[in-house]
Amino acid sequence: MRHTISVMVDNRPGVLSRIAGLFSGRGFNIESLSVNETLDPTMSQMTIVTRGDDRILEQITKQLNKLIDIIKVVDYESSGSDFIERELALIKVNVDEHKRSEVLSIIDIFRCKVVDVSRTHYTVEVTGDENKIQAIIDLFRPLGIKELVRSGKAAMLREHKIKA
Amino acid sequence: MTKNPSKLKGAQILLECLHREKVKVIFGYPGGSVLDVYNALYESNLQHILVRHEQAAVHAADGYARVTGDVGVCLVTSGPGATNTVTGLATAYMDSIPIVVFTGQVPTMLIGNDAFQEADIVGISRPCTKHNYLVKSVAELPRIIKEAFYIARSGRPGPVLVDLPKDIIGAEIDFEYPEKIDMRSYKPTYKGNRRQIVRAVEEITKAKKPVIYAGGGVVLSNASHELGLFARQFQIPVTTTLMGMGCYPGTDQLSLGMLGMHGTYRANMAVSSCDLLIAVGARFDDRVTGDLNTFAAGATVIHIDIDPTSISKNIKVSIPIVGDCREILKDMIEVAGEKKIKKNDRKAWFYTIADWRNKHSIEYQMDAVIKPQYVIEKLYELTSGKAIITTEVGQNQMWAAQYYIFDEPRKFLTSGGLGTMGYGFPAAIGAQVAHPKATVIDIAGDGSIQMNIQELATAVQYGLPVKIAILNNMCLGMVRQWQQLFYKKRYSHSTFQRHPDFVKLAEAYGAVGLRAEKPGEVESVIKKALAVKDRPVIMDFVVDPEECVYPMVPAGAPISNMILL
Ligand SMILES: Cc1ncc(C[n+]2csc(CCOP(=O)(O)OP(=O)(O)O)c2C)c(N)n1
Ligand SMILES: [Mg+2]
Repeated sequence: MRHTISVMVDNRPGVLSRIAGLFSGRGFNIESLSVNETLDPTMSQMTIVTRGDDRILEQITKQLNKLIDIIKVVDYESSGSDFIERELALIKVNVDEHKRSEVLSIIDIFRCKVVDVSRTHYTVEVTGDENKIQAIIDLFRPLGIKELVRSGKAAMLREHKIKA
Repeated sequence: MTKNPSKLKGAQILLECLHREKVKVIFGYPGGSVLDVYNALYESNLQHILVRHEQAAVHAADGYARVTGDVGVCLVTSGPGATNTVTGLATAYMDSIPIVVFTGQVPTMLIGNDAFQEADIVGISRPCTKHNYLVKSVAELPRIIKEAFYIARSGRPGPVLVDLPKDIIGAEIDFEYPEKIDMRSYKPTYKGNRRQIVRAVEEITKAKKPVIYAGGGVVLSNASHELGLFARQFQIPVTTTLMGMGCYPGTDQLSLGMLGMHGTYRANMAVSSCDLLIAVGARFDDRVTGDLNTFAAGATVIHIDIDPTSISKNIKVSIPIVGDCREILKDMIEVAGEKKIKKNDRKAWFYTIADWRNKHSIEYQMDAVIKPQYVIEKLYELTSGKAIITTEVGQNQMWAAQYYIFDEPRKFLTSGGLGTMGYGFPAAIGAQVAHPKATVIDIAGDGSIQMNIQELATAVQYGLPVKIAILNNMCLGMVRQWQQLFYKKRYSHSTFQRHPDFVKLAEAYGAVGLRAEKPGEVESVIKKALAVKDRPVIMDFVVDPEECVYPMVPAGAPISNMILL
């Protein structure tokens, strides 16, 4: 099963390679990874998407916790709480004469943004969960995608909902 | 903070920090990037042992740490000096031994430039250290050293490497040694969860056929006394791992000896048939468990360990208790209070075990040639079981574990996790430096001893009377044994056509060389060796080349599935 893990680390050189080394050395895989500074600049937040059964996930979280530079590890799936996941994609899609209107209508439906325009291509920015991004890619593909760049995932636990 | 800060150079700060950490001796080898440190050492009263190879410096520091429980310390130069420490680091890492290795590094501004004798040792050593540091400014040097020692010795201990660029060793600052450690990201758990402890005690009082499986963690946490109290209070037989040797007295009635691939028949049978397995400071290594599906298959498993990653890694545990073995055993004894089990209540279980013991004890057959097992029996006898024993790797290691019986912890030093040939001799040097008066014997193979034989020069220089007992079977015996049993006796590259004359070799180094070729000579050779107090001794025992280690569980088989003599 797929898991999204949030890892809070000391913002020091070499931390990323410790984590990458742990995954490769122990045969765990990383499907996606994003890293950035937090509000507190001495800490970084990583979001790692990985795959494995319960036993492997237990090992992954324990092994991460064991690394000296790591402050906190949360496996969102196993935490049982609701969480929000977002990723970003930049898609350079073909807009030859007869395709332009179709591209524009997809952009409209999905509420994405055109961030760069040339005579032959639009560069489209999409944010959303993985399904949304996959859906847009699938729709653009037959029209001709010149280039695609996707970010890793950013994830966050939801606040408790206010009861009605 | 200390009261009077004073300007010191990085090199002096290093020595001052070592002093504050109560380091008495370091093992090292100089070179370009650490010349400033060696310059400071020139007028320091810190003892420095000059080894002949950096790998040996690390093993010696490791041996020192294993016998004393203190942190062992090494100092080496950059590049090749640093890369030579890797096997030593990996050995210490696998066995959770607290050491701190200081490596020189090229000046900060040259890092990444492929400078002369530059190696990315922080990158190289990352997977075989508990933690490592590249010091980037002299201001952080005291804090890093303090943290390095703290990390090495706390929690599950392990090696820490500190990489020191040359300019940083030379830079000056006002020295202040931090008194406190404040690491938000590293806080080991020592106290076990009370509810789990209560549950564990309940299971223990209910069990009919319990076994304690004790590992190196008991030694590392100095929990032998508590383990003894606990085992006797509940009358639970104890089997130890290779790393746990001596953490429970081997001659005690409740002792089952070692378990696993070359474990005793009764230990392997007891673990295979127990209804409760209490693992204390052990990690269910594959050389212990064999086939995981059948290992203690009918048992409830309680697992006490300071490292959460060890728990439920290989087998499912019913009652995990994370924390320090000693603290947890103390709490279990306290929770149990007056509850105890009488010997009589375990009659049936003890009877079964005695029966296994009578059926198959560890044994060998005497012959006209020297049997390696006989040598170890004699060593045991003539040292009254009181020596510090180190081993190399292979058959010598297994026979040492089987035939030398340990009643105390920190007396048996062996590379259990990594299985490093060449470990035993330098480790013995470290042990002898720590305990100059003790009898220290490296039980060696003719192959392994040649992996760090150069350290004879070190032992001679410092007058260290380490004894090396070579079980000389003219082959890589353990490799040969596997080829005999599992590769149709195709002895591919496992026999030596030639060896140096080990007696002359010893003499060339200024050590004593002795040889025994017949069983009748063994005793007198050992006695002569034990009488030497001022220099190392090689005892070359010409032993039966065809002898195998039994019992043996084929890799991956159930441990009840033993090949017996
Ligand atoms: C550095 C290293 N290289 C290779 C091995 C593989 N190995 C394990 S036991 C063994 C044979 C050791 O021979 P020897 O030291 O003569 O001991 P014996 O088994 O004959 O007692 C070898 C080669 C190892 N453990 N360590
Ligand atoms: Mg041999």
